[in-house]
Amino acid sequence: MPHFAIVAVSILFDGLAYAMFLFITSVGLSVTMGLMGFVNLAHGAFAMAGGYLVVTLTRTLGFGFVPSLVIAAIVVGAVSVVFERLLYRRLYKSTDLEQVLLTIGLAFMAIATATYFYGPIPKSVPLPDWLQGDVNLGFRYFPSYRAFLIVLGTALIAVLWYGFERTNIGAKIRAAVDNRRMAESVGINVDRLFTLTFAVGSGLAALGGGLAIQLLGLSPSFAVLYLVLFLIVVAVGGLGSLKGTLLAALVLGIFDTAGKYLFADAGGFFIYAVTVAVLLVKPAGFYGRE
Amino acid sequence: MGASETMTPAAREPTRERAANYLLERHRFGWAEALPWLIAIAAFFVFPDRMTFGSQVLVMVMFALSLDLILGYAGIVTLGHAAFFGVGAYTVGLAAARLQWTEPISGLFAAAIAAGIVGFISGWFLLRYRGLTLLMLTLATAILLQETGNLRSDISGGYDGLPGLTFKPLLGIFDYDLYGHTYYLYALAALAVVFFFVRRVVYSPFGQALTGIRENVRRMHAIGSPVHWRLVTVYTIAAAIAGVAGALFTQTNAYVTLTVFDFDNSAKVMVMLILGGTGRLYGAFVGAAVYMVLEDYFSKLSPTFWQFGIGLVLVLTVLFAPRGLLGLFEKVGEYFTGRKHS
Repeated sequence: MPHFAIVAVSILFDGLAYAMFLFITSVGLSVTMGLMGFVNLAHGAFAMAGGYLVVTLTRTLGFGFVPSLVIAAIVVGAVSVVFERLLYRRLYKSTDLEQVLLTIGLAFMAIATATYFYGPIPKSVPLPDWLQGDVNLGFRYFPSYRAFLIVLGTALIAVLWYGFERTNIGAKIRAAVDNRRMAESVGINVDRLFTLTFAVGSGLAALGGGLAIQLLGLSPSFAVLYLVLFLIVVAVGGLGSLKGTLLAALVLGIFDTAGKYLFADAGGFFIYAVTVAVLLVKPAGFYGRE
Repeated sequence: MGASETMTPAAREPTRERAANYLLERHRFGWAEALPWLIAIAAFFVFPDRMTFGSQVLVMVMFALSLDLILGYAGIVTLGHAAFFGVGAYTVGLAAARLQWTEPISGLFAAAIAAGIVGFISGWFLLRYRGLTLLMLTLATAILLQETGNLRSDISGGYDGLPGLTFKPLLGIFDYDLYGHTYYLYALAALAVVFFFVRRVVYSPFGQALTGIRENVRRMHAIGSPVHWRLVTVYTIAAAIAGVAGALFTQTNAYVTLTVFDFDNSAKVMVMLILGGTGRLYGAFVGAAVYMVLEDYFSKLSPTFWQFGIGLVLVLTVLFAPRGLLGLFEKVGEYFTGRKHS
């Protein structure tokens, strides 16, 4: 196989794995922002909490990696409901600025708490054997962890797509994103719907945080460092759109990986350049409503 | 507006006069306004050995003041205001390190022009957007500038920055001293000039129009106000002022690194302004001073504790004191005097 084809396949593979991480972590943010227009800058903090929970579960309590991911997602999802009920709901009708400030305050507190308990040094987790080696795709070996990410991401996309497009709750969510007042007047309890999606979204973010430990490293600054990426995925995809979030995650994940492969010095330049280009042409993102 | 068209000329005059008087009244100086300046001058004599820190406070006051123009008066929420601070800081830094242009005062003007140009261009494109899109675009602007600097680290010095810059004596007479006395007074003078300019802007009819845009964009469109131009104008002015603050930052520290473009820097200045109170000029003074003094004290004790504390303060401010510390003082004042501030 010619050299450029190998590079192209490598970019596609790594980019896909990265895109799956971006999708899993950002999709909840997109749906909750689409539902309530709430700018949640603490979303990265939920992801980070999930990551650290996985660290504790595997290192201290001796759980396996995969069960830890599931437990972390459920625990963070449940805890996020407390935050939503106590703090977020007070600010649904407030300005962007107040929402930004409240949630960035929460993110700061989360970072400080994580630093206090886990220290500033990046953590790692013990992986099961089947996630450690490489898989042979015929012409090249690829890390099996990334293959696992792609498989898991694809499965989650299928589940979310089914839930969104084929179930009653999914239909209600879509209705509420489209027109909240109308949805409320036909008897949909948007408030409760929001609590539910917020919990699921935060749980998925926690799952993403757990998956990120091996992919990107986990330190307390994770909450703000990668938050920007999640927000970009949401903005580029369009608020409240599953399809848009997936497309944005794919485009940004693959572009970013390609940029880092081909122009190592340019670093994060590409992802932001793509973001600006897309948003200037389509301010509401790929599938957002203008 | 519509009503005044149908009035007789005789009836229109008093209305006009009242409006003009109202603007003049707002513009008049109150005695309390001397207070922050007296404190700043007193600090010079009381803490002569902390003047380097004092200069940092003044720089941040100016930076917060520039944000107040766009956030507090025009209602533009940005997460990338550090972009202009950074452009100003690097204008002076690069001029000194690469072109040997080390005259400080002309450096401030150069920084204002450079940051103003960047502000004008980015504002022209970005201010058509609102909400999350605008937040992301302003944030991306700052990061793109940072990445550009990183890409050309042969010029910018990359993340190591430009250390050990030296500047010519001020006005050719007053040289840099170890305790930063000269630069404190220099920064204070620059802040005074900028402040009276900003004060003039916000109390002018232009400033009133900005408040109108913040309160009700649709109505301003409806009465024929050139909303986009007004926003671009104020964005450019604020960018230029942030640039001056950045230039002062480089000059007082004698170094600059790419971290000036960080998201942290944009977030920090916003926290300061919110803490003091937006849309009230002196909020920038109170917020920046309180934040810097607390940070100086607590971050020495424990940076982790400090970060938790500032997060908690933000949450509490949003929930209980949405108008900032100054708003809180007013509320307490009202409680005791039983009088309502306008």
